[in-house]
Amino acid sequence: MSDTAVNLTTKKDWSSDQEVRWCPGCGDYGILQAVQQLMPDLGVAPENTVFISGIGCSSRFPYYMNTYGVHSIHGRAPAIATGVAVARPDLDVWVITGDGDGLSIGGNHLIHALRRNVNLTILLFNNRIYGLTKGQFSPTSEVGKVTKSTPLGSIDPPFNPLSVALGAEASFVARTYDLDRKHMMETFRAAHDHRGAAFVEIFQNCNVFNDGQFSDIVRRQNRDENMIQLVHGEPIRFGADGQHGVTMGSDGQLRIVEVADVGEDAIVIHDAERDDSSLAFALARLSNNDHSPTPFGIFRSVARPEYAHAIASQLAQSSEQNGPGDLGELLRSNGTWRVADTN
Amino acid sequence: MTDIQSEEGQEALLHRLVIRFAGDSGDGMQLTGDRFTSVSAAYGNDLSTFPDFPAEIRAPAGTVHGVSSFQVHISDHEITTPGDQPNVLVAMNPAALKADLGRLERGGTLIVNEDAFDERNLEKAGYATNPLQDGSVDQYRVITVPMTSLTKEATAPLGVKPRDAERSKNFFALGLVSWMYTRPTESTLEWIARRFAKDELIAGANREAFLAGYNFGETTEAVGHRYEVRPAQLPSGEYTSVTGNTALAWGIIAAGQLAKLPVTLGSYPITPASDILHELSKHKHFGVRTVQAEDEIAAIGMALGAAFAGHLGVTTTSGPGVALKSETTSLAISVELPLLIVDIQRGGPSTGLPTKTEAADLNIAMYGRHSEAPLPIVAAYSPTHCFEAAIEAVRIALKYRTPVILLSDGFIANGSEPWRLPDVDSLPDISVPFATEFNGTDADGNDVFYSFQRDPDTLARPWAIPGTPKLMHRIGGLEKADVTGNISYDADNHQRMVNLRAEKIARIADELPPTVVQGDADADVCVLGWGSTWAAIDGAVQRRRRVGNKVAWVHLTHLSPLPKDLGDILARYARIVVPELNMGQLSRIVRAEYLVDATPLTKMQGLPFTLAEIEAAIDTALKEVTQQ
Repeated sequence: MSDTAVNLTTKKDWSSDQEVRWCPGCGDYGILQAVQQLMPDLGVAPENTVFISGIGCSSRFPYYMNTYGVHSIHGRAPAIATGVAVARPDLDVWVITGDGDGLSIGGNHLIHALRRNVNLTILLFNNRIYGLTKGQFSPTSEVGKVTKSTPLGSIDPPFNPLSVALGAEASFVARTYDLDRKHMMETFRAAHDHRGAAFVEIFQNCNVFNDGQFSDIVRRQNRDENMIQLVHGEPIRFGADGQHGVTMGSDGQLRIVEVADVGEDAIVIHDAERDDSSLAFALARLSNNDHSPTPFGIFRSVARPEYAHAIASQLAQSSEQNGPGDLGELLRSNGTWRVADTN
Repeated sequence: MTDIQSEEGQEALLHRLVIRFAGDSGDGMQLTGDRFTSVSAAYGNDLSTFPDFPAEIRAPAGTVHGVSSFQVHISDHEITTPGDQPNVLVAMNPAALKADLGRLERGGTLIVNEDAFDERNLEKAGYATNPLQDGSVDQYRVITVPMTSLTKEATAPLGVKPRDAERSKNFFALGLVSWMYTRPTESTLEWIARRFAKDELIAGANREAFLAGYNFGETTEAVGHRYEVRPAQLPSGEYTSVTGNTALAWGIIAAGQLAKLPVTLGSYPITPASDILHELSKHKHFGVRTVQAEDEIAAIGMALGAAFAGHLGVTTTSGPGVALKSETTSLAISVELPLLIVDIQRGGPSTGLPTKTEAADLNIAMYGRHSEAPLPIVAAYSPTHCFEAAIEAVRIALKYRTPVILLSDGFIANGSEPWRLPDVDSLPDISVPFATEFNGTDADGNDVFYSFQRDPDTLARPWAIPGTPKLMHRIGGLEKADVTGNISYDADNHQRMVNLRAEKIARIADELPPTVVQGDADADVCVLGWGSTWAAIDGAVQRRRRVGNKVAWVHLTHLSPLPKDLGDILARYARIVVPELNMGQLSRIVRAEYLVDATPLTKMQGLPFTLAEIEAAIDTALKEVTQQ
């Protein structure tokens, strides 16, 4: 509505006057900083931006953004955000959720928002624990995790959030982590610019109930060996000198290899725009733990019809065929008869 | 038939006629009933219908639980119910006879398809002997017609295979009944041609079957006399015939137009509410967006999201869905956004009797949320009233920024009646303004937007929608500080907000019109009703008054808040009878609210009240008063 605000905002314009109340040292602070810093660059106005969250630590996020926002119900943010996006395709709608909110109580809404390809930017803060309820295992916790509700270790096999998203036909799937503001900003920007549902998993540290869950991967000294940065069109290589790489065997399975052993030509070239999601799926499952090489960046980014746009098209088509709605005509559409005045 | 007026001329005149078409789920009885209804409506009769069908789409053929029936009451005067007892029963097979014979009035006309009364069908229906031959039907006027074989004969010249011909036998039955009760034939023939335009053979078979049935009546002495029900002297005007669900869907569309808001419906298919989703999906050129959600919770979530974004958010469901939506309804109450929640009640609990009627969701509408979460409740009382009730529910939702539950039920939803079309230009403007400017000043003297700064009269908070510059704000389920809307855990503030939310709903009663007491205001006995009991109460009260009894009648459309004058009105009567298709939910509410001795009349059979049942309750109350 007010184009003048666009490009003229600063980070301060996107920060609300509410005191941020996450635990000191929480990974959420870094994510909030990245989003607030990114927003002025996106060419949108605060009044045309909406943040919708569910319940959980991460879901306090909208209170700290100087935009329109709803801190809603546990798990329901994708459904409520779908309502906003369907009603108002002119708005930028973000969904903030967590591993419990988005994959446990709200799993159904998440997969259906992805399936429909509603124009939402969905940030899932994955810390593999329930923080707000003080430390129960979550649907992304590893088997064997000892928590307050699993004193002998969790027996629930976890979800892989990216596999879930890809299985739900998500058109944009990415992963980033809370320690790298630049990486987050790049990933969020790409997610925001994607037309349709964009799903971003953020490895986020809960320093109170699950401290160091991702340290083997994301701590500075481990990044070279355990972080694989996916770049569209580039060979999938990592290590301080790019000495490691990913190959695909004749069985279709991805394997980590030494580039010197197999030759550069054997390394898989990343293709995020492939219509078929099997490569993205294989990459999402390259690691099944938090201690070995794990891919980051954009796994998949493909064009698919956007939901609110499809609704708008049907509305336009219907108006073209029928003209504008006429109430009197509607009430007569079953056929009518007249009763004459007998007086 | 006691209502026969005269037998002069060729047709005997009837004041009223109740026909029940009964057959197997696959026999097309709903279609047959619908056609008879449409023709009668166009002919000018007043009418009321009652489709009664099983939950199974195709229950095992020939069994009693697979019987699908359609009852229609037509008359030459104003009526409100589909009739207590059919005067005519059309039974297409033994199972239909078994299921519905008990409903037929003593001495009534029974038309049976005798071809279907073979050993196998008799066994499937649980008959040891043929009821047409063992004296079971002696007290009725029985007309046995070999409908299946006559239909096959009539359609054979067209090249219709016997198996396919059998599917047209419902049109034979319709043709026969059309002759017997002097219904015009042209519109049905036109309708057949239109409906089956894509398949000439089927269209031809149905046409020939219909004509064969009609001619059978004309040429066979077995059928006997022809009857006519003349047009009713309804108030002059333009009429259409609608079901409750269609009228409700149109009411939602109208409400959107009157509020100048686009409508967004989030809905999950559920019987008997799905037809509203279907109807609204057809009218996208009114700017109506419909989303078939992944579940009931998502459906209301989408409606609430749309409301936040400035649309008229609507969700439609039945009892089990209301239960699932409860948490989001509470959020809507907490964030104070307008929302319409439509509950088409059905038999419960749980899946219950999904295709049968009940009105036992008053308690869940009134109390079915955690904590203190009051909301307004509007109840429709007839198929055509659904239109007006939807507009009224939306008006309240918008004006007070609150979710409103609109109650209808399976009887109203599927039933139809003639509707004198309202003048659309006279419908009220129910639009409300969005907030566009700052509305307060903070401690530092800066202009600010306070999202919970209330209107002093209605206590409604401002509705500032995304896209509005400067008014960015966050809402949520956490308790909000009065005025600012910021998160607040303050003890006194919570008490104040609980009080304010309750007071806001209570104030709606200030603008409700005075309660209408129908019948005799000075009676000793008052019938207090709500919802679809209206039809049977209307008939019962009229009958009692016709025989000289004094009876008052109050029918509530606003159940929360209740009208302000209701307590004083009820206090005037020695006896208050509350007929309800539940176990006494309204009667307990009025007892608690007004300390009056309200007597419930309850029924939980998946069926509406008969006039006789309500008359008997009034009678008992009248006797009790006299004996005192």
